[in-house]
Amino acid sequence: MIAYLGRRIVQSVLILLGISIITFALLYLLPADPVRQIAGRSATPATVESIRRQLGLDQPFLVQYGRYLWNLLQGDLGRSYIQRSEVSQLILARLPATLLLMVGAIVCELLIGLTMGLAAAVRRGSRTDNSLMVASFVGVSAPQFVVGLLLLYIFAVRLGWFPIGGYGTFRHLVLPSLTVGIMGAGWYARMMRSSMVDVLHQDYIRTARAKGLGRLKVLVRHALPNAILPIVAMVGIDIGILMGGIVVVESVFGWPGIGQLVWQAIQRVDIPIIMGVTLVSALAIVLGNLFADLVAPFIDPRIKLR
Amino acid sequence: MTAPAAPDLSPPDFSAGGRSPGRFRPGVLRRLMKRRLAVLGLAVIAVAVLGAAFAPWLTAFGPDEQMFDGLTLSGEPLPPNGTFWLGTDLLGRDLLTRILYGARTSLFIGIVANGTALVIGTLVGVTAGYFRGWIGGALMRFTDLMMAFPALLLAICLAAVFEPSLWIVALVIALVNWVQTARVMFTQTSSLVEREFIAAERTIGASGARILFRHILPHLVPTIIVWGTLGISTTVLLEATLSYLGIGVQPPTPSWGNIIFENQTYFQAAPWLVFFPGIAILALALAFNLVGDALRDILDPTQRGRE
Repeated sequence: MIAYLGRRIVQSVLILLGISIITFALLYLLPADPVRQIAGRSATPATVESIRRQLGLDQPFLVQYGRYLWNLLQGDLGRSYIQRSEVSQLILARLPATLLLMVGAIVCELLIGLTMGLAAAVRRGSRTDNSLMVASFVGVSAPQFVVGLLLLYIFAVRLGWFPIGGYGTFRHLVLPSLTVGIMGAGWYARMMRSSMVDVLHQDYIRTARAKGLGRLKVLVRHALPNAILPIVAMVGIDIGILMGGIVVVESVFGWPGIGQLVWQAIQRVDIPIIMGVTLVSALAIVLGNLFADLVAPFIDPRIKLR
Repeated sequence: MTAPAAPDLSPPDFSAGGRSPGRFRPGVLRRLMKRRLAVLGLAVIAVAVLGAAFAPWLTAFGPDEQMFDGLTLSGEPLPPNGTFWLGTDLLGRDLLTRILYGARTSLFIGIVANGTALVIGTLVGVTAGYFRGWIGGALMRFTDLMMAFPALLLAICLAAVFEPSLWIVALVIALVNWVQTARVMFTQTSSLVEREFIAAERTIGASGARILFRHILPHLVPTIIVWGTLGISTTVLLEATLSYLGIGVQPPTPSWGNIIFENQTYFQAAPWLVFFPGIAILALALAFNLVGDALRDILDPTQRGRE
C-alpha cells in the first residue's frame, strides 16, 4: 500500500511536470504578444523592450521555463501581468466559488443520475427503462452552454424563480449546478443502471429473495449499497469533465470562479494566470484519479492495488 | 491501475468473454435498422447531411445575406414567420439558412477532427499494445499525461496559438480527443497479443507486419467503428463549445456554436436565436450517440443479453 502510494505520487508529480512543460511551450508559442497588452497601444518601442526585459520575456524558452519551475517549486505561481497581484492570491480568492459550484454540480448529477439509473434497472426492459435511457442520452448530448442559456431563459427570465446571474445565495447556485450536472447525470444514470443490473443478477440477491425477504428490502439493503459505491467513486475520475463544464457555465452565468479568471486571462494573454489555473485544474484531476483508485479496494476487496 | 466499475458507455471488452468477436460482418446495417432508436439517429444524420449538401437549393437566401426586411424598423431581429421560418438574427440574416450552412461546419469538423483523432489514437494505442517495451511504455505514459490535462483548457490554449480556421479547429479537437481512443486500442491490442492464435501465427513464422495487419487490426475494426461513431458526438459538442466561446470557427462562416455566440447578448429578447441552433447541436450529437450505442450492442457479443 505504502509502496503503491509512493509510486503513484511520483507518477502524479511527473504528470504535472509534463503538463507544465506543454502548457508553458504552448503559451510561449502564442502569436499574441503579452508585452503589447501590458504596455498598451501608444507605448514606444523602448518602453515595450524595457517591460519585456523586466518580465524576463526576452530570455530563451528554457531559461524562462527553468525560472518558472524554480519559483513553482517554492510555491510561487508568479504575478499576473495585468492585475499585478500574485497568481496564487487571485486563484485562492476565486477557488471557493468554483468549489461551491463543483459540489453543487456533483450533488445534482448524483441525485438525478442515480435515481434515474435505479428506476431504470428495477424496471428493466419496460417502457420506463427505455425512456429513462433515452433521456440519459439527451443529457449526455446536450451542449452545456445551450442548457445554461435555456434554463436561464425559462427559470430566471420568464418565471423569475432564480436570479439571472451572479453569486452569493443558494438561489444563485441552483441553475449553474443543474447546468453542469445534467451532462454528468446522463453518464451516471447509465452507469448506475448497468451496475444495478449486474448486482441484481448476483447469487446473494437470489438467496436473499429465496429466504423470504421482500423485494423492497432486498433492493435497499442488499443491492443498493453494492451498486452505488463503485459509481460514487467514479466522481474522482469525473473531475476533468467537471472542470471543462465549469469554464463554460461560469461564463454563461457570470459565476466569479477560476473559470472566469482563466477566460479573462486568455483574452488578455495573461500567461501566469493561464499557467496557474491549468496547473491547479490538473492537480485536481490527478488527485481525483488517485482518490478513485485508492478507494476501489475498500469498495470491492477483490481489487488489489499494484 | 484498476478502475472501480465498468461504466455502461465503456468500450466493448472482447477479452472478457470466451467468444471471439470475429471480424466485422455484413448485415450490421440490417440489424441496425431493426432498432428504433438507431433508425431515429440515422434519420437525423441523414437530414443533417442532406441539409448541408443541398443548402443552396433548400433556401432562397445566402448564408451571409443581410436582408433588407430581416429586421424590424427599430433594428430588432424577427421572430419565426412565413418568410423567415426560424426568424432572423441580429444582422437580419435568415436563421434557417445559417443553420443549414452551419450543418456543413459541424459535419466537416465531426468527420475530419474525429477521423484524425481516431487515426492518432489507433496508431498510438496499437503501437503501445503491440510493441510494449520502452516505446509502448513511453506512449502510454504520454497518454496518461494527456488524460490529466484539463481538456477544454488545452483546446482553448491550442486554439489561441493557431489562427482559427476550419482545418485548425478540426486539428485542435483531434489533438484533444485522441486520448481515449488510444487507451481503448491499447487495452484491446495488449489482450489480443496474449491470445493463442497470435502465438500460433508466430510459431508458424508469420511476420510482425502480417500479424499486425491480418490478425490484429481486423479484430479492432468493430471498436474503431463504435468509437468512430460515438466520437463524432463528442467532437460536434466540442466544436460548438469552442465556437460559442468565440475561439472556434470564426464568423462569417456559420457554425451552430458561433450563431449562439454572436446572438447571445440578445437572447432574452430573441430566445429563438439560441433555441434553434441549440436544438440542432443536441439533435446531431444525440443521433451519433444513439447509432454508436446500437452499434456497440450489435458488434460486441459480450454485451449481448445484458441489456
